[in-house]
Amino acid sequence: MTTAQKQLQVSDEVAIQINKMNKWYGAFHVLRDIDLTVYRGERIVIAGPSGSGKSTLIRCINALEEHQEGSIEVDGTLLSSDLKNIDTIRSEVGMCFQHFNLFPHLTILENCMLAPVWVRKIPQKEARETAMHFLEKVKIPDQADKYPGQLSGGQQQRVAIARSLCMKPRIMLFDEPTSALDPEMIKEVLDTMVELAEEGMTMICVTHEMGFARKVANRVIFMDAGQIVEQNEPGEFFDNPQSERTKLFLSQILGH
Amino acid sequence: MPDFSYVRSEMLPEKAPPKSEVGIYGWLRTNLFSSVTNSILTVVALYFVVSLLRGVLPWAFSPTWGAESLSDCRGILHELGREGHFAGACWGVIRERWTQLLFGFYPIEALWRPLVAFILLGVAMAPVLFTSVPKKLLWFSAVFPFLCFWLIWGGSIWFPLAIFAGLLLAGVAFILVTRYSGSTLVGVIATMLVPVLWWIFFTDPVSSAVHFVLPISLEQVESQNIGGFLLAVLIGLTGVTLSLPLGVILALGRQSDLPLLKYSCVAFIEFIRGVPLITLLFVASTLLNYFMPPGTNFDLVLRVMIMVTLFASAYMAEVIRGGLAALPTGQYEAADSLGLNYWTAQRLIIMPQALKISIPGIVSTFIGLFKDTTLVGIVGLFDPILLSTNIRADQAWNGVLWELYGFIGLVFFIFCFSMSRYSMYLERKLATGHR
Repeated sequence: MTTAQKQLQVSDEVAIQINKMNKWYGAFHVLRDIDLTVYRGERIVIAGPSGSGKSTLIRCINALEEHQEGSIEVDGTLLSSDLKNIDTIRSEVGMCFQHFNLFPHLTILENCMLAPVWVRKIPQKEARETAMHFLEKVKIPDQADKYPGQLSGGQQQRVAIARSLCMKPRIMLFDEPTSALDPEMIKEVLDTMVELAEEGMTMICVTHEMGFARKVANRVIFMDAGQIVEQNEPGEFFDNPQSERTKLFLSQILGH
Repeated sequence: MPDFSYVRSEMLPEKAPPKSEVGIYGWLRTNLFSSVTNSILTVVALYFVVSLLRGVLPWAFSPTWGAESLSDCRGILHELGREGHFAGACWGVIRERWTQLLFGFYPIEALWRPLVAFILLGVAMAPVLFTSVPKKLLWFSAVFPFLCFWLIWGGSIWFPLAIFAGLLLAGVAFILVTRYSGSTLVGVIATMLVPVLWWIFFTDPVSSAVHFVLPISLEQVESQNIGGFLLAVLIGLTGVTLSLPLGVILALGRQSDLPLLKYSCVAFIEFIRGVPLITLLFVASTLLNYFMPPGTNFDLVLRVMIMVTLFASAYMAEVIRGGLAALPTGQYEAADSLGLNYWTAQRLIIMPQALKISIPGIVSTFIGLFKDTTLVGIVGLFDPILLSTNIRADQAWNGVLWELYGFIGLVFFIFCFSMSRYSMYLERKLATGHR
């Protein structure tokens, strides 16, 4: 089996099921009839122009945004206004933000230990070991006792990834994780994400890093005006786009 | 054609800064004499400072400590050949009346009680203010308000202890009811109901009964006799300790999604902020009695404390709301996405940061509150200013103004300045952003 085939192979176990989902900001129709099934082990990259609703879509998956119509089911738990379900889903789904959102008043280690201790009720000692394990994984165990403000952007984003991993999530969401970084730091974050993908984590990434999409994703989704316009495996998507809108988008971001 | 190509063969080493930028000379240059205008301003300001000191210092250094009256002071100064309106201060009034300014009409033989309370206050505050003090001392901080109440007002020790027991009962009720009913809401209701019932129906009989068996008591001191800075500190401290938690609750309530909760908080805050403190004090001293069952003796000092606390908590709520608004939404989202529930997120993520941002505003409110305690003179409580008027009513000290106000101002300054310095220390200690 070639690496390209391996990249595309996924299980048939459903991780996320989105049916006819609609969302409005006031009168503005942000997401329109979204249907999406994510299988376990998939690495999905969502691309699209700004304002196309791609960030809103993944923020709906862990209820940071509320959807008004349709259904979202994560790991068999139906997302509703029931707070218990929301908390269950949030502890199963990790999320990384564009601006890292580390807690600036806590050290790196405390950032990583907080949720396991207070949500999963894991003893301090065990939480510390887990935190150190994941900090080693993202290659910054030596920064554990510093505060977020003392780290570079790339290091902060890697801490944010480690912080999510400490909750042992089954799904990871990335909301433009490299958009706020200096070019020199993008690679270290992407490397971490590639490693995560190779271990079989189910991932949905909103990103403009098309090289990453081509190398890691098994499916690329292109969104525009709140709708899924085109989705395909990366080779086909980049080399043989079907929709005019996709062609225009790709020519603009790959053209220069 | 010009040639632009250039390659650096070695990186430049660091050089020492020029003399004009560092040391005393550098400091003088940048701060006092950076331009012609600045130099002129420096000289003019220096002239004002020197003439002020030349006026005040000779007046302040006046050997009138032992004087028995104002005319006595004038006699001493006359003998020294110092004449005129500002010949010298008359410090005798401070020597004779300092206990009154500090403690009001508190019985002289019982003065050790407020002193002990003040020293214990230091012990109680230490673990709250400084992290280097062992946290175990916090239990003393919890007991201190009741101990302080007993020391100042006297009476049977069992009464404040019975009140304290109400709080313990509230805790026990919360744990037991939550466990057996399985609902936090029922637990919270029980927590509020149990101590109120205890305080209304059981506190008096229980404390009297225990007192009958084991009488430990201090001589009672009437509220009317408590005055001066003792009164100011008592009211100020109660206001400070209670207005902060109340302010947090009000600020969170104002941000709530539940309309009933939100609008009652908004109404409370806007009402209190829209009414002068003096009006509230009048309400406390007169109107409040109409709402009480006839015959209840509800201490005036206690009523004033409640009003001052409510007043400060409305301002506190707005200060804390400012801190909450300054937090990026990303912090809420990060807490949510990790699965933290509302209260855990507030306690561990939001409040520590929001309160840190609000420290200058919080301390300003504290200082304002402490200085506002001088307004209680309006409802007949003896704040330091009213006492100074009282002292001047004495024939011997009629006409002494600057010395009394100066002394009162100095004591207020010591309290307020230490609060301000502490807040700066706290800000430095909590700064983790760009260290």
